[in-house]
Amino acid sequence: MHEPKNRSGETGPGDDLILSVEDLAVHFPLGGGLLGRNRRMLRAVDGVDLKLKRGECLGLVGESGSGKSTVALSILGLQTPTRGRIVVDGQVVTGRPAGGRKALARTVQIVFQDPYASLNPRQTVRRTLEDPLRVHGVTAASEIEDRVATMLRHVGLRPEQADRYPHEFSGGQRQRIGIARALILNPKIVICDEPVSALDVSIRAQIINLLLELKDTLGLSYIMISHDLGIVEHMSDKVAVMYLGRIVENGHWREIFERPAHPYTQALIAAIPDPLRHAPLATTGGDLPNPLNPPNGCAFSPRCRYAEDVCRSEPGPALETRADGHAVRCWRGEEIAGQMASAEGGVSRVDGASAVHRSLPRQSF
Amino acid sequence: MTGTPLIEVEDLRIDLDDGSRRVAAAEGISFRIDRGETFGLVGESGCGKSITALALIGLLRQPLSIGGGAIRFEGREIQHLSARRQRELRGNRIAMIFQEPMTALNPVSPVGRQIAEMFVLHKGKSWREAAQLAVEALASVRVPAPERRVNDYPHQLSGGMRQRVMIAIALACGPDLLIADEPTTALDVTVQAEIIELMRNLCAARGTAILMISHDLGLVANVCRRVAVMYAGRIVEERGSADIFRAPSHPYTQGLVASLPRLGSRAALGRSRLKEIAGVVPAITNFPDGCRFNPRCAQATDICRTLAPTADFLEAGGLVRCHHHA
Amino acid sequence: MKLRANLIIGGALFALAILVGLLAPWLAHTDPVLDANLLNAEEPPSWAWWFGTDDQGRDIYSRVVYGARVSLTVGIVSQLINSVIGVALGLSAGYWGGWWDDFVNGLTNVMLAIPSLIFALAIMAVLGPGLTSLLIALGLTNWSFTCRIARASALSLRNQGYVQAATVLGYGDLRIMITQLLPNMLGPIVVIGTLGMGSAVLSEAALSFLGLGVRPPFPSWGSMLSDARDQITTAPWLSVFPGLAIFLTVLGLNLLGDGLRDILDPQSRSRRA
Repeated sequence: MHEPKNRSGETGPGDDLILSVEDLAVHFPLGGGLLGRNRRMLRAVDGVDLKLKRGECLGLVGESGSGKSTVALSILGLQTPTRGRIVVDGQVVTGRPAGGRKALARTVQIVFQDPYASLNPRQTVRRTLEDPLRVHGVTAASEIEDRVATMLRHVGLRPEQADRYPHEFSGGQRQRIGIARALILNPKIVICDEPVSALDVSIRAQIINLLLELKDTLGLSYIMISHDLGIVEHMSDKVAVMYLGRIVENGHWREIFERPAHPYTQALIAAIPDPLRHAPLATTGGDLPNPLNPPNGCAFSPRCRYAEDVCRSEPGPALETRADGHAVRCWRGEEIAGQMASAEGGVSRVDGASAVHRSLPRQSF
Repeated sequence: MTGTPLIEVEDLRIDLDDGSRRVAAAEGISFRIDRGETFGLVGESGCGKSITALALIGLLRQPLSIGGGAIRFEGREIQHLSARRQRELRGNRIAMIFQEPMTALNPVSPVGRQIAEMFVLHKGKSWREAAQLAVEALASVRVPAPERRVNDYPHQLSGGMRQRVMIAIALACGPDLLIADEPTTALDVTVQAEIIELMRNLCAARGTAILMISHDLGLVANVCRRVAVMYAGRIVEERGSADIFRAPSHPYTQGLVASLPRLGSRAALGRSRLKEIAGVVPAITNFPDGCRFNPRCAQATDICRTLAPTADFLEAGGLVRCHHHA
Repeated sequence: MKLRANLIIGGALFALAILVGLLAPWLAHTDPVLDANLLNAEEPPSWAWWFGTDDQGRDIYSRVVYGARVSLTVGIVSQLINSVIGVALGLSAGYWGGWWDDFVNGLTNVMLAIPSLIFALAIMAVLGPGLTSLLIALGLTNWSFTCRIARASALSLRNQGYVQAATVLGYGDLRIMITQLLPNMLGPIVVIGTLGMGSAVLSEAALSFLGLGVRPPFPSWGSMLSDARDQITTAPWLSVFPGLAIFLTVLGLNLLGDGLRDILDPQSRSRRA
């Protein structure tokens, strides 16, 4: 199963990269006239580069229509890219024949958002976990039994519960089953697609803790897709922010959340309501632009309060990587980095939040 | 808190009839909202917050029904009003917006007509006048190019625009109370900020009170002056919104506040294991005896398992239902 | 799960018909073919001849009892063929999509446009009369509704998380269709199948009535009706009893189908509230 890592030529030996997405683009043709006349293209993903190191968690942030789910589907092999390539654990996985899916399945898995729709209602937990093992050539009944029991214990369920059907479990337990299914083949990368947003608020912490625990005990790497920036900050080592099919900012979590350089990242952070301040939320103005008819120049320019003429003219800004690895797609990124802190609400929010969190552990529970 | 509150709920009980027996889906619900005030009702799915809102606006349907208590609007009990009188109250004095505007809007009618209908029904305007008012209403919720948008059907609008239309319809007749049930849950954060600000500004300008219902404690605390936290059909804590985050009193509220990672906390404090609330949310048909949080509560003692706690009024203002509150 | 009246009555009628067919040798008073005796010709119903006798003196009761075998065999087997064809085509078309879906869709539309009885008639004309031809003719002409339902279910189910999960786990297409999609669409398929059996029983009667069914002298309900055509005024019992048998069986199957729909359609999913 393990082939030399330098097969792709670019990720040399000793490289810690487990996943690299290079210039990924997914375009969907939309109707249009016959013979391709007037045919419009939805550029769902348009030139995305991502790198995931072994054992790290990469947070992927963006609003609906930003293309983050399409990126995830491409990595899973469920979506054929229009352009670009994906290298998983030293193997180029794009453009492979369909048979490659089985090998990919042992490397990349996914935890879905909705634990209700993502479990087959007519299969017991045991069946859900045993079938993948059989498909991947595990035949010894004792080994199958062992691995299912071990995995159930890993996710905090009891092996005796294996013969129940999904509807006999609560939402949180179902998500544990979903996680067990994703991990049963011992993958290296797990894509967590909004893993807690369908769960009751009081259950979410259990699942977040479980995911972080499993990452360490099993040596996993995560791609964490979420719109909840608090959870992304908590879980991620690196964070990539997507807007309209492109990455607009990418860097270490602390950089992204403490000194966001792209106005969109700043807007996302500022839009989170601060429970301690009965104060207006920072608004951006306008909805997401129509992805079929993206604005000229920088895609965020129509909503950006820093936009100047250069931002509205072609070509749009490129993703510039600074020396510290922080990458920003903005003409004025240097000037406005961290400016949010001086704008209303910025710094005081972080101080206020920390005040609460400092006081909490001391409370008697 | 002088004089009659705008709306007052007293010891409200909502029954769920599951065919063979009646169970209380919510009980002992009491709160008051003054004119122009913002009040939040927070809890997880199944805690009874949405059905409480439906009871206020007279939209409870089988198998749900009001099993006891009183709802007073400007001092008058409204829970036993005839269907016609309730209809007059709805839309005119009490309005509501929902989580998914697509299901609340009529898909085969242009949005302008749906707004105009409110003026025709409740204000006795002619359709011609109402159409003009509809354009103004759309402009007031900052829909761009309102004179063209009135002819659009709901599916032609984005989620954020649809919620703006819902707000325009809800506020068309200048209601005294706007009930917002998870109004931004289906929306992205930047759009959520827009909608919340819009709602907040319009209601402040018109003196409309807001009852906001959400599972997002942070959002509600930001929008509302006072917040009530519901758990398993009961209000467990009601406080000023800043207090509920700074010094939550009920173990459930404490658990909620502590269990979710908040933006900025890792940068300030480093990453530690999140505090979990053990166990699962009980089903409506299977609420535990005594304090309903007791099976999940670390402080629970014998009294919690047998006796439902009554409301304790806190010195700092607000109330909590817990035998061992901080 | 509440058992509805239609489910109970329908199930009872269908079970009764099957039981009669299975126990025919014990229930029948005489041999349905061999025991002809012109001395007893055209006896009306009586204690001796419960349902009367036909013009060759054969016991109608015994012939109706044996006729159940043919009618039910045709109903069950031909509908099984239909279900298998319909599910195979519809499921694969909905799951794979693309040109295969277009093809299956076109084929279904053609099948729906041709009255299935006419089509079956044409097939019978080529194959000649007889039980096997009957099974083939009816089994090939009535799958379009099943196919539609299966395709629609597959289309909505293939986007479910658990189907995506199975794909990500490296399951083959066939395994996904059989283990993930099929069990979750079985409810409506069973309902359609039950209703289809009723119409197959009717089609058998119609084809036999036209002389294209089971070869005489072996009885089927349809061929008995066909034989009784000329004596409908002089010996009405010849048509009444096989007609009643068809009526009760088809009614039973329709009630059963409705009852199954009632319990299977609001899928036994757990509440999400």
